[in-house]
Amino acid sequence: MTAPRRQLGIKLPTFLPRGWQEFVIERIIWLAGISTILIVALIFFFLIREGLPTFLDIPLRELFGSRWYPTEGHYGLMPLIVGSLVVTVGAVLIAVPLGLLTAIYLGEIAPQWQREILKPLIEILAGIPSIVLGFLGWVTLAPIIQQLGSPTGLTAFTGSLLLAYMALPTVISISEDALYAVPKEYRDSALALGATQWQTTIRVVLPAARSGLVIAVMLGIGRAIGETMAVLLVTGNAANIPEFGVGMFFEPIRTMTATIAAEMGEVAQGTLHYNVLFGIGIVLFMMTFALNSLASRFVGSQTARRRKGQL
Amino acid sequence: MTRQQVQKVAVGSITAVAIVAVLPIVVIIGFILVQGIGAINLTFLTSAPSNGMRDGGILPAILGTLILTLGTAIVCIPIAVAAAIYLAEYAGDTRLTRWVRLAIVNLAGIPSIVYGLFGLGVFVLFLGFGTSILAGSLTLGIMTLPVVISTAEEAILAVPQRFRVVSLSLGATRWQTIWHQVLPHALPGIITGIILGLGRAAGETAPILFTVAAFYLPDLPSSIFDQTMALPYHLYAISTQVPDMPLSIQYGTALVLLMIVLSLTLVAALFRTRMRRRRTW
Repeated sequence: MTAPRRQLGIKLPTFLPRGWQEFVIERIIWLAGISTILIVALIFFFLIREGLPTFLDIPLRELFGSRWYPTEGHYGLMPLIVGSLVVTVGAVLIAVPLGLLTAIYLGEIAPQWQREILKPLIEILAGIPSIVLGFLGWVTLAPIIQQLGSPTGLTAFTGSLLLAYMALPTVISISEDALYAVPKEYRDSALALGATQWQTTIRVVLPAARSGLVIAVMLGIGRAIGETMAVLLVTGNAANIPEFGVGMFFEPIRTMTATIAAEMGEVAQGTLHYNVLFGIGIVLFMMTFALNSLASRFVGSQTARRRKGQL
Repeated sequence: MTRQQVQKVAVGSITAVAIVAVLPIVVIIGFILVQGIGAINLTFLTSAPSNGMRDGGILPAILGTLILTLGTAIVCIPIAVAAAIYLAEYAGDTRLTRWVRLAIVNLAGIPSIVYGLFGLGVFVLFLGFGTSILAGSLTLGIMTLPVVISTAEEAILAVPQRFRVVSLSLGATRWQTIWHQVLPHALPGIITGIILGLGRAAGETAPILFTVAAFYLPDLPSSIFDQTMALPYHLYAISTQVPDMPLSIQYGTALVLLMIVLSLTLVAALFRTRMRRRRTW
């Protein structure tokens, strides 16, 4: 860019002093910035407003009970919370190793031309709507899992597979940023000392990047736990608490998100059932809020350390 | 094993894992393309569903998605761009700024179904918009804010500091500097962010479930207080709630949705590479 595209100085209407007009513009911009805080507050307020009766009208023992039969007045949230956790744990167990190793491949091993093909592909994956993946899981993946011995193929594992793929772009891109942020001198020093590339990666680069990798995992969990449409289609939606063990991944379960999506359309406003669905929303909001606040803490401490030259 | 052998094995297995991670993306898109292309013809794209969704086309759903995307843009763009200008140009390192950043991180992390609940509580019920295009656009627009704010802020920050310094030294005010010097250079990056955000909004199902989506409407909406059909919800409805639904129509709907969303992603990507190539600073 050599010359400014337009002449400096704009023709201002004479009836408005320039300072006053700019003051208004700058106030509006300030307001837009602040509005993000207001929106978060507003979301929380409205969830509380509609969902509070959940925690006031239902005894806690009942609320954390194991029976979710809204039509009979049983509002035990435990099966839904456990369902969400099982699917999420499954997804993380798949997505984290896969994502981390792919990030290492992209950042440390792949030649430039491969990177230029793979990165847009991963961006495309991030762009596939969850309902499309859910639909595909429902018509293709579930029958395959059914043939492997599950009665319907609609299990927590089916959901975990889909969620893992949805969380993958997040895990890959943040891990890659973390690896990229490790100074080149670290790698050079390790290699100069005679370490192989693999030794350098595993003993020098990964430890230096660990806080970024933790963030990748946390945001991956956040994405997985909040996903709705795909799990609604493929996890079977059975509000049972599966027995603890490896087998729990191959049982049908029901998540918090799927419960809201499936039941909100059928309840009347103002009923306890309606309030409880908002109550589940509060639980989800709290979980993701905690995860994201914690993750951004990590980001903060990481930049601070880098500035002080400790990273 | 010597460490050189370890190195070889490690690189080999990491490469294998990377292939396992990336290959399904190609398979997924290819599979939907192959299965869905047969259903797509002029009638499918230009007529309403008939015979209880089992025949006809998906025109009302396509148009509904386009209308909602437009609505999302109208709600989201002004607030997001202004907020990005605030963060990049005005905000100092104050407690308030840190709160704004924390709010944006959290907005990005809130599950889409919770946005749906929020839209239902605020726009549909409290403000009395009913299940309507207005309520759905507001919900989707707010959900899209964090993506657009972050990318727009990055684009504004990427404009070199010396542009600002020169402009200010010539006597321009802060706002004149932003309007005439910073924004024109940041515009391609901002537009990339907007398109990416809209692409995501167009494919969302959960936020529109209770705020706007209709199961079946033969007529097109006539005002922003009407309900509308939308592609993501239509795909959900026909694949779970219509018995004996022909699979080809389901795949066809999935393909159309995928194409709309991916073409937006692609346009954004092309825009970004062109912009990088043309940039001379």
